[in-house]
Amino acid sequence: MDGSGILKGLGVTIKRLIATYVDDFKRGKARYRTDEGIAYRSSAEVQGIFTIQYPDEKLPVPEEFRFVPFLVGEEQEDGTLDPRCTACGICTKVCPAQCIWIVRSKDPKTGRPRPKPAEFYIDIDMCMNCGLCAEYCPFDSIKMDHNYELATYDRKADNIFDLQKLLKPVSYYAQIRPENYKREEEARRKAEEAKRKAAEARAKAAAARAAKAKAKAQQAKKE
Amino acid sequence: MSEQTVMIQNEEDTLLSRFPKVVRKDERKGYEGYVVEANALTDFARTLRDELGYDYLSSVTGVDYLPQGQMEVVYHAYKTTGGPALVFKVQVPRDNPVVPSLVPIYPGADFQEREAWDLLGIKFEGHPNLKRILLWEGFHGHPLRKDWREPYFEAEHKPYKSRFPEGKVFRAEERNPFGKNVDYPAGFDPAQWTPDNTNALIYEGLGRVEKASDDLPTEQIVVNLGPQHPSTHGVFRMVVTLDGETVVDLEPVMGYLHRNHEKIGERNTWLMNMPFTDRLDYLSPMSNNFGYALAVEKLLGVKPPERAEYIRVIMAELTRIQNHIFAIGMFLNDMGAYFTPSLYAIEERELILDVFEAVAGSRMMVNYFRFGGVARDIPEDVMKKIHDLAFERLPRRIDELDRYLTNSEIVRVRGEGVGVLTPEQAIAYSAAGPVLRASGVPYDVRRAEPYSIYDRFDFDVAVRYHGDVYDRYLIRMDEVRQSIRIIQQALQQIPEGPIMSGKPQYQHRVPAGESYGRVEGPKGELGFYVVSTGKGNPWRYHVRAPSFINLTALAEMTKGQKVADTVIILGSIDIVLGETDR
Repeated sequence: MDGSGILKGLGVTIKRLIATYVDDFKRGKARYRTDEGIAYRSSAEVQGIFTIQYPDEKLPVPEEFRFVPFLVGEEQEDGTLDPRCTACGICTKVCPAQCIWIVRSKDPKTGRPRPKPAEFYIDIDMCMNCGLCAEYCPFDSIKMDHNYELATYDRKADNIFDLQKLLKPVSYYAQIRPENYKREEEARRKAEEAKRKAAEARAKAAAARAAKAKAKAQQAKKE
Repeated sequence: MSEQTVMIQNEEDTLLSRFPKVVRKDERKGYEGYVVEANALTDFARTLRDELGYDYLSSVTGVDYLPQGQMEVVYHAYKTTGGPALVFKVQVPRDNPVVPSLVPIYPGADFQEREAWDLLGIKFEGHPNLKRILLWEGFHGHPLRKDWREPYFEAEHKPYKSRFPEGKVFRAEERNPFGKNVDYPAGFDPAQWTPDNTNALIYEGLGRVEKASDDLPTEQIVVNLGPQHPSTHGVFRMVVTLDGETVVDLEPVMGYLHRNHEKIGERNTWLMNMPFTDRLDYLSPMSNNFGYALAVEKLLGVKPPERAEYIRVIMAELTRIQNHIFAIGMFLNDMGAYFTPSLYAIEERELILDVFEAVAGSRMMVNYFRFGGVARDIPEDVMKKIHDLAFERLPRRIDELDRYLTNSEIVRVRGEGVGVLTPEQAIAYSAAGPVLRASGVPYDVRRAEPYSIYDRFDFDVAVRYHGDVYDRYLIRMDEVRQSIRIIQQALQQIPEGPIMSGKPQYQHRVPAGESYGRVEGPKGELGFYVVSTGKGNPWRYHVRAPSFINLTALAEMTKGQKVADTVIILGSIDIVLGETDR
């Protein structure tokens, strides 16, 4: 108990303090308010100050980051978005907070259900951002967003997102989750190819059968 | 037969022959352990503790079997030398559930029995202080009973039918307006209500007590530390009776963050509970996921593939590291080193949370484990980051933290000999995790009853022998080092392969039965007791929360200490109120 422990501890803090200035000096302006500087300050190599001055600076979010779901819509020629959603209701069933409401649309003539949502609501006050809806959606139509700045003045009016507010184009999805998008498109392409091949094979077989039948008929005619 | 099965057979013979007629094996399908008659419980427990060596009562909870008209109290006891649990149960009629209290034998049952009384209405005869613990005195009913319903009740189970295909949106808040959602017991008026004698002091906030001995003509004084006090790590209250500056008695008051996690869990489907477990101990979500996944996997009979096992271990150990260094930082805050050490700790924690964010999608609410695997594989670049952390940065930074704090005279003077818990007390009070091991009991679930693939790794169970605040600081340092060792080995051994066994699914057919999954969480033994009736929702979902049960020993640790030390003693237990209050 001679105070050497405290001195040693103070040494650590002083070293850190000096390291901060040395690092500032070494990296100069590149350290703050640049993408490179932000990446450095959130890496495992960082020395000195590591804080990010939000909202002046923002941490880039990783691809898997999730915050409030959105619906993926295919861009139509007339500029509207057609939701991929088929109103199967799986997301409403896995949602732990039960914050998703879907009204399935009906064919106006026959009154039979159609695979499209007529209305789609998410109460984002209740949403716990768990991402289960996106994980279990078989049509890649509900995905988790990256936008975490959702403050509003009137939570009662603004925080129930309807179809209008939830729909975002596929290109947006491809931009925030490039890896996932690539993987899903690849899988879809493969599935479609397999389907096409199967159809081709079926057509081929049918054609072969038809040719055989024709030949047989001709044979019968000849005889 | 292996040695262990022989031993268990012997135990069984002893118990059944010693207690004929009053003890029988639990023969229900999917259940284990013994059913004990209520009047024989005390003798049975004494035999367990004194003759068979089951000195540690880990978990006490109740289950409401409404269709059978029964209340069941379930006990899990262990030997602190390791090995599987001995489960025993008491069944009592539901309309008059009275069970003898085990507090005289296992003092660690104190809070857990109070919780069972509070939430299930099971009376524990002979309990020294049987009153509500998580809810307040004006609460009507016992909410975990199956026939109890919340003020705004929609349906017994999720998913609710109102969501699809005719989902007319509404805000639950509108149907359940604030102020009209409270139900008082008959004849209860909150404006007129005055707490009884023992509670009066607590509610007064500052009271004076007549002193028994009269060496000096002084009065004792009751002081409330909290509920909103920076040292209480959240909304938590310590009612301290002081004689001068010395603590004579301390009573923790909790429940301010209570949301009845278990009732929510019983409404949920099996999978839906996973993200809710993140919100228990929000500083170590991966461990919470782990415990729950283990419990349900035991019932489902699935095993995750190799790669998933390794990912689980890496994530659980990263969680332990970030929890412990954060606990150390915050502990120094309690000691008065305002935020410099905790920022040093937070810097490392941030890097680990970045890993969680990139892998699981969220820094704290990870929702990463699934039954039979994990949700996502670790991307290549994140694997490299974990590698850098485990082999380069973390060992260096832990050494720095060590140089900075361990021999600091201030830390030592304030920590050494303060808040001592002897090994006997630690076991008796069912303390777990670092609190137990700092008292010289080398009990770690990863070794005592290895789960997942912990039997493959070479690591030491950290143990310290003084049981004081300083040792609880040291043991966290030790454990961080051991965790780094485990991660290093896991990174070298991790194979390629799938991360899920079977197809991912959201509806699980869980076979009927009970199961208790426990892991060594950063705070201590974290257990999940689940009962399935074969339906899509758990019949019972109970969390053995280490933050909650470790507080049982708080009064014992603080008695005779100075009032200023209560703050660091609480800090050294390392509680998270999200888990304490559930």
